[in-house]
Amino acid sequence: MLNIFRRPEAGAAAGFILIFIFFSVFGWEKNFLTPLGASTWLNFASKVGIMAIPVGFLMIAGELDISVGALIPAGGIVLAMATGLFGLNIWAGIALSFCVAGFIGYINGMLVTRTQVPSLIVTLATLFVVAGLNAYISKQLAGTTQHSLKDVGPISEFLMGDYHSLIFGDGDSKITIFRSLQSSFFIWIGFAAVCFFVLHLSPWGNWIFAMGGDQDSARNAGIPTSRLKIALFMLSAMAAAMVGMTEAVLANTASTTTQFGMIFNTIICVVVGGVLLTGGFGTVTGTVLGTLTFGIVFQGINFTTFDKDLNMLFIGVLLLVAVLMNDTFRNLATSASTAKKKK
Amino acid sequence: MSERKPVLEMRNVDKSFGPIDVLHDINLKVHEGEVLCLLGDNGAGKSTLIKTMAGVHQPTRGEMKMDGKAVRFNRPKEAQEMGIATVHQFGGTYPLMSIGRNFFAGVEPTKGWGPFKIFDRKTANEIAVREVQNFGITRIDDGDRLVGGLSGGERQSLAIARAVYFGARVLILDEPTAALGVKQAAHVLRIVNEAKRRGLAVIFITHQVMHAMAVGDHFAVLIRGAIAADFRRGEKSREEIADLMAGGENMASLEAAIDADVQEHPAE
Ligand SMILES: Nc1ncnc2c1ncn2[C@@H]1O[C@H](COP(=O)(O)OP(=O)(O)OP(=O)(O)O)[C@@H](O)[C@H]1O
Ligand SMILES: [Mg+2]
Repeated sequence: MLNIFRRPEAGAAAGFILIFIFFSVFGWEKNFLTPLGASTWLNFASKVGIMAIPVGFLMIAGELDISVGALIPAGGIVLAMATGLFGLNIWAGIALSFCVAGFIGYINGMLVTRTQVPSLIVTLATLFVVAGLNAYISKQLAGTTQHSLKDVGPISEFLMGDYHSLIFGDGDSKITIFRSLQSSFFIWIGFAAVCFFVLHLSPWGNWIFAMGGDQDSARNAGIPTSRLKIALFMLSAMAAAMVGMTEAVLANTASTTTQFGMIFNTIICVVVGGVLLTGGFGTVTGTVLGTLTFGIVFQGINFTTFDKDLNMLFIGVLLLVAVLMNDTFRNLATSASTAKKKK
Repeated sequence: MSERKPVLEMRNVDKSFGPIDVLHDINLKVHEGEVLCLLGDNGAGKSTLIKTMAGVHQPTRGEMKMDGKAVRFNRPKEAQEMGIATVHQFGGTYPLMSIGRNFFAGVEPTKGWGPFKIFDRKTANEIAVREVQNFGITRIDDGDRLVGGLSGGERQSLAIARAVYFGARVLILDEPTAALGVKQAAHVLRIVNEAKRRGLAVIFITHQVMHAMAVGDHFAVLIRGAIAADFRRGEKSREEIADLMAGGENMASLEAAIDADVQEHPAE
């Protein structure tokens, strides 16, 4: 019966439920729970969430990636310049944006695996390099840091950057399933499902855990650790570009502003989601729950009567509590072997 | 002994890490159904030697042959695919992963088809628990338990059981008995004999003369990265082997020196 508490997601789930109830109560008056209200924090969460999952993979594998802060704008402006400046078709622009991001991720991965320099430092360097290139190339080629998007058609808008609602009936008998959810929300959920498969069901997941648990042993066991790590850096860079593109399509403009805040946001979501900072442990479900928790705290404060300035404080406390709780749950999980299992 | 072909052979192998020379001109053969005991002081280069055989390191000079054909293992996977299974001195298990996932790390059994192949948890757990129980660790009965909750010896047993399960031609054990209790150590020695009987070539590293004498057919002693002695079972006495293992120092005189020291400074 106690086994549910031994599941690795238990900490993240408990935190989510607590925060959710708290804000549902204190935000009730201001429609925290209505479809439109929920969309505010779900849309916000989806953008962090798309990056949090691959950054979480990297953390499980024992690495960090903070270059995502510069890859979000890079994703957007590559798409904007490809369509606007070079007159490319939108799909070609999207493909190009992914390629550029993948290449930067590849460089991150190569530097980390070849030089043994900690990934925090390597990606800190690429963060600034890419941020600099974003601004420089933008100004040199287009003479501006603010680009408008061209060639967005109905399909690309629907898939990448639109608001979606699902409402049955109308008038008084109207049932709203969801309202004004951005495309990025659906991308996030779909991506999470694929990542769940990769980490928890496919053999690759085992490799990622093994690599984070003991890098040398994993290599000795025949796991292609370098290649896998490079692939993970490419994935997180491309996920960040994806976020940049969804923002660009939604707003019809892309800017070169580096999103330093998003770096912290992704790391907070991953840690609140129960991923072990030192690697070797974590779940996709936990990361998704951690992101939802973070989204609620970050946006939910607007639905309550609390002062807005308190949300940073809330997040700090949340992070500390989450880390302490995750430790407890993890100890429970490993000590499960001494407790007799009831059949 | 008849002139059998060695399974694995090292010819004039040198290994250096940058400016540090660790192995010098190693010539070594391992045969089917034979246990080679690799002996030597701390830092003599034993682990480096077997890591070179296991594809973790590549020789700086010289060559390796398998079944008489020159081979080069660029990564551990290539050695494994040739049937060489290794239990390294450190690590080998992942504390926050389940027993089943540990056992099959890197060689996961899958079910399903195409890109939807999934890790076959049930089979993995069944085999892992069975193999570990065969090893005498009957306390382990649930493949989903995390390895972090096992004792050091149990983890070591898991790593050895894994290598025995996957080792097809050559089994390399780097100080497998170091963390083990008397019963489990005896079991490892039995496993080594069993592997030998099945025709595997076994390389066994140990610091314990007793363990070496119990299973070894062939002994090689490394001193500062070079093979200082290479002899067969029965060619040297226990005392001589002990002296060689201490790096060529005379154990008897060492013991006498310790005795004298104790007599000069009796415990207060
Ligand atoms: N990757 C490496 N880079 C540089 N030097 C190394 C490396 N690996 C091993 N060495 C050096 O090679 C020498 C032999 O090490 P090795 O681990 O092979 O010894 P050993 O015989 O296994 O010792 P022990 O009995 O303590 O396990 C040591 O001096 C060690 O410092
Ligand atoms: Mg050693």
